[in-house]
Amino acid sequence: MFPLFLDAAWQVALAALLLGAGLPALFALGVRSFAVAGGAVDGGGSGPARPALRFAGVLCFVLVVCAVLVGLTVIIATGFGQTVSFEHIVPTLVDKE
Amino acid sequence: MDTTILLVLVIVTALAFDFTNGFHDTANAMATSIATGALKPKVAVALSATLNLVGAFLSVQVALTVTNAVVKIQDSSGAPDPALLDDGGSALLLIVLAGLIGGIIWNLLTWLLGLPSSSSHALFGGLIGATIAGLGFAGVNWAGDGSKLDGVVGKVILPALMSPVLAGVVAAIGTWLVFRVIGGLAERSITHGFRIGQIGSASLVSLAHGTNDAQKTMGVITLALIAAGAWDDTEAVPFWVKLCCALAISLGTYLGGWRIIRTVGKGLVEINTPQGMAAESSSAAVILASSHLGFALSTTHVATGSILGSGVGRPGAQVRWRVALRMIIAWVITLPAAGLVGAAMWWIGHLAGGVIGGVIMVVILAGLAVFMYLRSRLNSVGAHNVNDEWDDAPKSRQTTSA
Repeated sequence: MFPLFLDAAWQVALAALLLGAGLPALFALGVRSFAVAGGAVDGGGSGPARPALRFAGVLCFVLVVCAVLVGLTVIIATGFGQTVSFEHIVPTLVDKE
Repeated sequence: MDTTILLVLVIVTALAFDFTNGFHDTANAMATSIATGALKPKVAVALSATLNLVGAFLSVQVALTVTNAVVKIQDSSGAPDPALLDDGGSALLLIVLAGLIGGIIWNLLTWLLGLPSSSSHALFGGLIGATIAGLGFAGVNWAGDGSKLDGVVGKVILPALMSPVLAGVVAAIGTWLVFRVIGGLAERSITHGFRIGQIGSASLVSLAHGTNDAQKTMGVITLALIAAGAWDDTEAVPFWVKLCCALAISLGTYLGGWRIIRTVGKGLVEINTPQGMAAESSSAAVILASSHLGFALSTTHVATGSILGSGVGRPGAQVRWRVALRMIIAWVITLPAAGLVGAAMWWIGHLAGGVIGGVIMVVILAGLAVFMYLRSRLNSVGAHNVNDEWDDAPKSRQTTSA
């Protein structure tokens, strides 16, 4: 029982750490990019740096939104008795075992 | 006839449990958004209720084997144990009824005390207690057959030990990272973005809650229907069961367990918007990762663990460890306490016998519920005062509520 538990636990821990701590940090980067581009920090986003910062910010938000969509798919697939497979990198729906 | 009345009692009690499950767990998703002002209290509970309703309906494939995790009253296909069906199913109905009542009474008591305890532990505890009383210790699925994580140890105790700690660590790291990234920026330039992030992550938690928790009650009601001979399909749940369960959990969520929301949002830690977003993201990630990997855990433990962690991770935030300790004690005793109530209820029902026993059990439940509701009116917590300053000193709290 205990080895089984550890096996499940470390996978949950790894996924949760990457998504649960990584995504908020990424989101914060997006917020920061926009705030700086909008002139929140003196001299931080003057001249040609602004479009680049905004682009970086958009990129951060797009990544976060993609992760949220995968999360939604996991919830909905579970309800339909399916599960999301990441075997081929791109998430695909497969029947639950 | 006897079985029909018992069946009706079980269904009504199961829906009542689903309802308490709803208001007991509103705090998990919405306490931080309410505390930071990202959402107005009424708007937050309405949003959470809607998402719970949608989530419950998304549960197209409902597992009818929910009780198998902890007790042996049905087989792996979902059909009830034939030994319990000799007298028209009333032996099984009695166990389920006693278990549900144990869960409800513990949920109401912890709500009265404003403690976020796990509704699934309360339900499982009640069922375990009622089963021990009715079938002895051998009726409980303590650890499964060892081939997978199963039973009381594998599906309840081990996950409960790990999930709040994991959620707390993830939230602490997330919060720390967020504050590193936004350090030095003026609050007004970032609040709007984090509000959206916080509402989004809280919505995911609500939706996941609806898909997970409403299913449990659907499974229990369908098991009772099969035991009483009113349904014979172990692959599907009657539509009216799905509808009633979805409405019950959603109504409960909309009512809002304000006492618990207050403890979680204001009592545990002082929380601000970026921190709230980090906490809810951690909850959503832990809940989704574990449901994806087939790891059973309690939403309540994850959500409150995350909020505590976000307090630890933010430099200079205050964490009220006394409140946290009270909460952790409640977590530990939830299962045995609900079990004791479930066992006591089974004995009362068994001694009185048949329909009379079932009616007496439900009357006791109703009496205790009314008593706890009236007691809660003495210092009522609602949308108007849920965000009032938290007062640590018990003495001064008495004078304000008097």
